[in-house]
Amino acid sequence: MYRSNVMVCGGTGCTSSGSDAIARAFEEEIRAVGLEKEVRVVRTGCFGLCALGPVVVIYPEGTFYSMVKEEHVKEIVDEHLLKGRPVTKYLYSETVAEDGSVKALDDTPFYRKQLRIALRNCGRIDPENIEEYIAFDGYRALGKVLTEMTPEQVIQTVLDSGLRGRGGAGFPTGLKWRFAAGNAADQKYVCCNADEGDPGAFMDRSILEGDPHVVIEAMAIAAYAIGASQGYIYVRAEYPIAVHRLQVAIAQARQYGLLGRDIFGTGFDFDVDVKLGAGAFVCGEETALMTSIEGKRGEPRPRPPFPAVKGLFGKPTILNNVETYANVPQIILNGADWFRAMGTEKSKGTKVFALGGKINNTGLVEIPMGTTLRTIVEEIGGGIPGGKKFKAAQTGGPSGGCIPASLIDTPIDYDNLIAIGSMMGSGGLIVMDEDTCMVDIAKFFLEFTVDESCGKCTPCRVGTKRLLELLNKITDGKGTMEDLDKITELAEFIKANSLCGLGQTAPNPVLSTLRYFRDEYVEHIRNKRCPAGVCKALLNYQIDPVKCKGCTLCARACPAGAISGTVRQPHRIDTAKCVKCGACMEKCKFGAISKG
Amino acid sequence: MKSLEELAAIRDKMKHVASTRRAAHDAKRVAVAMGTCGINAGARAVLNAFTEAVAGAGLEDVMVTQTGCIGLCSQEPVARVILDGQETVYVNLTPEKARRIVAEHLKGGKPVEEYAIGR
Repeated sequence: MYRSNVMVCGGTGCTSSGSDAIARAFEEEIRAVGLEKEVRVVRTGCFGLCALGPVVVIYPEGTFYSMVKEEHVKEIVDEHLLKGRPVTKYLYSETVAEDGSVKALDDTPFYRKQLRIALRNCGRIDPENIEEYIAFDGYRALGKVLTEMTPEQVIQTVLDSGLRGRGGAGFPTGLKWRFAAGNAADQKYVCCNADEGDPGAFMDRSILEGDPHVVIEAMAIAAYAIGASQGYIYVRAEYPIAVHRLQVAIAQARQYGLLGRDIFGTGFDFDVDVKLGAGAFVCGEETALMTSIEGKRGEPRPRPPFPAVKGLFGKPTILNNVETYANVPQIILNGADWFRAMGTEKSKGTKVFALGGKINNTGLVEIPMGTTLRTIVEEIGGGIPGGKKFKAAQTGGPSGGCIPASLIDTPIDYDNLIAIGSMMGSGGLIVMDEDTCMVDIAKFFLEFTVDESCGKCTPCRVGTKRLLELLNKITDGKGTMEDLDKITELAEFIKANSLCGLGQTAPNPVLSTLRYFRDEYVEHIRNKRCPAGVCKALLNYQIDPVKCKGCTLCARACPAGAISGTVRQPHRIDTAKCVKCGACMEKCKFGAISKG
Repeated sequence: MKSLEELAAIRDKMKHVASTRRAAHDAKRVAVAMGTCGINAGARAVLNAFTEAVAGAGLEDVMVTQTGCIGLCSQEPVARVILDGQETVYVNLTPEKARRIVAEHLKGGKPVEEYAIGR
């Protein structure tokens, strides 16, 4: 029996900053002091505070060590694990009170306003040990469903809970299940969309890495509800840790008879297989995803027929997102009313966001629906680095739009975000400050969709390309005011005529930035100026001859040889040679170089 | 897995793991002093006895943890038991005494006066 557990984050973020070596160091040091029978090291999923990784949490106290280095480990073992004195200098600073006492993690600004339901086991269990999942009520919901509920009751519970698809579109999950249940067929399928592709989004990856069994359990519940016996999890091959843990989890579930034949002795059969995606963004679209599972090229097809009628291999199929599934067992165990009590009128429960961009606490957060963007940015996110001003937040990735500072108090839910021209999306939330050019951001997302368009339909394949050319014209300083009208017209055309969600939403970042930041577009066109100082073609670097001391640092840093001048004399930049890399500005100690 | 009972048996076996990781239930706490003096006097065996006895008694809401030297080096091993805001300090502990404290004080609600000081 272990009196203490050292939980080392084994999510992708912390792993890439060396958490595996830290876990090994803990194991060695614990052995060195003879505590290996008392203290156990567990590699977990994501704790959420990725900005401060690698993260190590020690139970039973729940003390939170941040930015742990291998050389800290011996001291933590000797002091904390052996002598019971937490090493406060390595603790997450928000958990240390002024008098040196250690506060509970839930009292910190990052965690206080969060509500972890989909992420409940992330960081709390060993994802590669099915018994730890069972310890925290795992597979109890499946047991309840199979022994106490009819398929119709399961569907009704999910419907009553108000759960909507967390992949972004927000379709009621229970309704999707009901359609598929109503279609008789000799074979039906349950699929899980883990083809998370939005730039900056890693919610689904973190759930799979931290709590893979929750997805398997929920898929089994869905299979029982609609009458399926086979499931597929479509996950991208770029998620090696998630894929590995899923495979371990599936093997364990089979070994424990929680997948396979006659589960819980009820006669219910269900099994799951993993299909690896090669990383095409379009394969996150449901019809393309199923086509890809079938072994064909991942391209969408027109709907109807909807997957609930004719999906995978032509059979009735449901496809839900990872995070959607992660909510299901809790809804079954706690009831629809419990879930309905959280959130807003039309958006129930919580939503996980991957917080990124110009924000202090980069990471993974789960908040009740209806939380305002201000709470996320200023409290949970810890504000913007360098005292810069909040300009906008981008949600929904390449399909979404931006929320300007004037709307920072909007409660976040599906319908509010649509109303202000963005969308929930799968949960990427990128914060932008005053140094971000909104035209450039629109270009960034459009470049992504141009790359990722599968090419099957013309509006998307050609339309997005032409749209990007118009934006490039503007950021090169060659745009005209008529271009803005052309952009709007073309964008609306692409939205109305594309075959699938990729094209139908691709113009959103452009339309939304044009809606809230039209003056920035106009500034690029009329005055050939980029207000944020990002668009290179419109930038000029200058040296202030009064401030310049002639130290020659800039001239030596310039890779293009564009700076001339003699020692102790003001230097000057030859704009014809300047490549606008900004190296000179970084080097200058006197603030003599400016751009604009 | 052929029955709900099998699942419940695993959950029961793993109960200690779950309760160890329900962080910061400070209301009920056993803190064994693990300064150099405490460790020398055998505090580790006492700590482990507390851990096992608390788990064995099914006291899921009691956290067993460590603390530093509290200045009673001559009477180590020492442990503080904090129950509902009331603190009791036990001295000269052994694993047997620890088990009795769990049974009578933590479970029964009655401090073991003969091991306690300052009461």
